[in-house]
Amino acid sequence: MAKKSYRQAINEALAAEMRRDERVIVMGEDIAGGMGAPGEQDAWGGPMGVTKGLEPEFGRDRVLDTPITESAFIGAAAGAAATGLRPVAELMFVDFMGVCFDQIFNQAAKFRYMFGGKAVTPLVVRTMYGAGLSAASQHSQCLYPVFTHIPGLKVALPSSAYEAKGLLIQSIRDDDPVIFFEHKAMYDDEEDVPDESYTIPFGEANLTREGDDVTIVAFGRMVQFANQVADKLEKDDITCTVVDPRTTSPLDEDTIIEMAEETGRVVVVDEASPRCNMATDVSALITQNAFKALKAPIKMVTPPHVPVPFAADLEKEYIPSPEKIEAAVREVAAA
Amino acid sequence: MQLSRDDLLKAYRDMRVIREFEERVHEEFAAGGIPGFVHLYAGEEASAVGFCMNLTDVDHIASTHRGHGHSLAKGCDVKGMMGEIFGRQNGLCAGKGGSMHIADLELGMMGANGIVGGGPPLICGAALTAKTLKTGGVAIAFVGDGGSNQGTTLESYNLAKVWNLPAIFVVEDNGYAEATASAWSVGGSQVKRAEAFGMPGYQVDGHDFFAVHEVAREVVDRARNGDGPSLVHVNLYRYYGHFEGDATTYRAAGESDKVRAERDCMDIFRRRVTEAALLDKKQLDAIDREVESLIDDSVAEAKAAPVPTAEQLLTDVYVSY
Amino acid sequence: MSDAIQPIVMPKWGLAMTEGMVIAWHAEAGAAIKAGDEIADIETAKITNVFESPVAGTLRRVVAPTDEMVPVGAVIAVVADETVTDADLDAYVTEFQANFVPEDTDDGGPEPEYVEADGRRLRYLKMGDGGVPIVFVHGFGGDLNGWMFNQPALAEDRATYAIDLPGHGGSSKDVGGGDAKAMAAAVASLLDALEIGKVHLVGHSFGGAISMLIALKHPGRVASVTAICTAGLGEDINIDFIDGFISGKRRKDMKPVLEMLVADASLVSRDMINEVLKFKRLDGVDTALQTIRNTAFADGKQAGSLRPVLGELRVPCQVIWGRDDQIIPVAHSDDLPDSFSVHVLDGAGHLPHMEKSSEVNALIGKAASA
Repeated sequence: MAKKSYRQAINEALAAEMRRDERVIVMGEDIAGGMGAPGEQDAWGGPMGVTKGLEPEFGRDRVLDTPITESAFIGAAAGAAATGLRPVAELMFVDFMGVCFDQIFNQAAKFRYMFGGKAVTPLVVRTMYGAGLSAASQHSQCLYPVFTHIPGLKVALPSSAYEAKGLLIQSIRDDDPVIFFEHKAMYDDEEDVPDESYTIPFGEANLTREGDDVTIVAFGRMVQFANQVADKLEKDDITCTVVDPRTTSPLDEDTIIEMAEETGRVVVVDEASPRCNMATDVSALITQNAFKALKAPIKMVTPPHVPVPFAADLEKEYIPSPEKIEAAVREVAAA
Repeated sequence: MQLSRDDLLKAYRDMRVIREFEERVHEEFAAGGIPGFVHLYAGEEASAVGFCMNLTDVDHIASTHRGHGHSLAKGCDVKGMMGEIFGRQNGLCAGKGGSMHIADLELGMMGANGIVGGGPPLICGAALTAKTLKTGGVAIAFVGDGGSNQGTTLESYNLAKVWNLPAIFVVEDNGYAEATASAWSVGGSQVKRAEAFGMPGYQVDGHDFFAVHEVAREVVDRARNGDGPSLVHVNLYRYYGHFEGDATTYRAAGESDKVRAERDCMDIFRRRVTEAALLDKKQLDAIDREVESLIDDSVAEAKAAPVPTAEQLLTDVYVSY
Repeated sequence: MSDAIQPIVMPKWGLAMTEGMVIAWHAEAGAAIKAGDEIADIETAKITNVFESPVAGTLRRVVAPTDEMVPVGAVIAVVADETVTDADLDAYVTEFQANFVPEDTDDGGPEPEYVEADGRRLRYLKMGDGGVPIVFVHGFGGDLNGWMFNQPALAEDRATYAIDLPGHGGSSKDVGGGDAKAMAAAVASLLDALEIGKVHLVGHSFGGAISMLIALKHPGRVASVTAICTAGLGEDINIDFIDGFISGKRRKDMKPVLEMLVADASLVSRDMINEVLKFKRLDGVDTALQTIRNTAFADGKQAGSLRPVLGELRVPCQVIWGRDDQIIPVAHSDDLPDSFSVHVLDGAGHLPHMEKSSEVNALIGKAASA
């Protein structure tokens, strides 16, 4: 088992599933790059190089560069999924959902129910999210709460390289449409990732830390921040449980409630905008089910309700940083 | 004419099933037995049947909110459809989809669609499946003149062209998108739009089954042979309103009656085949009676069928492992 | 001066260990200690275990306080005779700590290797050189990391190989028939592929039965067998453990299952559970484990007892068992042929090689040196 980056883990998952099942195809804008151009083929491998190397191995018939036409190709991926392929479409930035959302939430998400259970839609939409690279308001949003809101979609938020590979393979093998969120600031994060294929089941939260004093529920990249905070506070004798729900739909309600009950003190960390996000959802869940166990009000750590700013200093202020999480945990622990 | 007698009988019966089905839905809706919205295809039968007679189960279609005709022409079960429109357990989608979401993927029917312009990207996907898995299949998107102006439709023209997909776009122009005339809402020409994307475009009289069938055969063959997408602009007319309950006051007085009297696709078909002595009137009348009784039965069965149970509210949304 | 001072450092138990924490000292400054004395309990991410002094002398300083993480290789205590002054000791510790560089985690000693054998890719970890090698064979659901407390110690005097059976660890997940015979053939093919001649076999549980089968089939290439809590000596098997291990998908399902393995349930750490869950998520593992279960433990009983053929074993054989074994009862060590030596260890369950590693290491070392 070798150390691999989040990027490599995703690439490995795609390649392994394409080798395993010829119905798996990938498509997206410059997912290989160089289509129709006189120069290098597989020039990009996606804007972050995540799909580099797939085109040389699997060819243009299974690694499809698309025009910049999200409505058409995300819809085509949904249609292909309903008719026998297992497409993995890359929506470069989740912010671009605005131009193709109908095909995801009115079409792909609904087929199974609307058609009385007779359709399967094994579609994966891989998409980049999150702030941290000064990509500004139209390339930095989280938006997973929007997808989580839609019945029929599954939503995965891998918080590390190991998680990314297992959750992506699960997503590809899943017969429901899955929106797979990749945090753009995590592609170089490394950890041990098995060479072999493995799956991480949906709806099963992971406890990345276990402690007695405060339960931190965190999503995606925020899990890493929460871990840092938990490790730091342990030296000050505040021990934390960190819950990584892994998927927001399905959501492992049982583990969240159980862990909230164990410590009675809860901080929820969500990089998504604060109204109707996972922090509000999880807080409501805990309040409804574990109210009597709470020893302090739940604290939410989220960005302010503003678009993501461009200037690095402003963006730093925007992101729920480890410092803000630490302050919240200390406050809840002392309350 | 290359159609066999059996083909002609099938074409007539398929059109008659759609007409009778829609007329009965019109009556039953007015009587209050059908919930929700319905959009009737009566008057446009030659288009759905003309295209779908060139297809097999390996081929896919995506339809519109006005989807009963396409569904029936692609082979969807009449009783299952009627049950679905009544919202009953015996419906094709167990009462969960209704008129606008009738689908039967095993027959290649990818669904009527509640979103105008929803279908074209989906059939690009079906065509991609056919191409990738080499099934030999083609895929057709039916859109209306309204849907022809959606970005999804125009983007799909482009994608189908650049991916060289076995895709066909059929623009069924019945003169009105809801209450707005296509003469006003469509900029330029449908055929020239096709040409602008580098694919052949055709215009055809949708009241003439034979004309539709011939063009359909040509574009389906082209797609099947790997020669890429085409577009067909079909001029036709809907006898009823945009939806049931639409008073159609935006149309000229007597407009609908005049089309029914002079250019009804069923009448034209009957006249052509009897005058040419290809089929006789008795055979056609027998089909009419058989179809009428089938539709009677389907309505009776739908009304007698149980409504979905409360438990069914929560099923069929995620696959179970 | 420093020859008279012997540092005791944080041990490295297993490939992944980078740091550890002394949770209790069992010896105080001034105590005379022997090599092998239990002087501390050390907690790692994987498991908590007693730490035995590697040296003898007077424990002069306890350097690592309890409950504080210390990197592998850092000094945790100092042994020196009375001639060394306190000032010298202080100077020694200061210098040691000043010069101490934690091991680079990317270059943490021997790495597992792979070999193609009989159509399978099998993983093994080699440590040490020379002599008649010891080959460690794990049990159902285990892997080569299960020997983390044994292999490094025994590798000081000879070559050692810890292997992953088919279906386990990093090896191919094709288990063939899935019975002990098929596994024994796979291990023999691995030894052939590595061109290893005679070996001492150490097998745990299912791996014990496999080791005995190899010795029966290839007496010429086996110098001795150490079978720990071994299968193959009776019908009983805790099938709840086997089935729970196969079906468990979540930490809270897996924890009580793994706790059956040890006498003291607190030994089961969160990392140990996570490692098992990670293993079980690999493609093919579920099928592999089911296949083994359905052949080796069909109907909740062990198939193919070796008792009728034990008399044919032509190699020295010892059996080690934890008195509190909840997986295979210790009674299976009763009534063995006289040629077998039997060692039942108190305070241990089904993992005596982890729970009582020094005693087990001594027994294995003795067998391997005979």
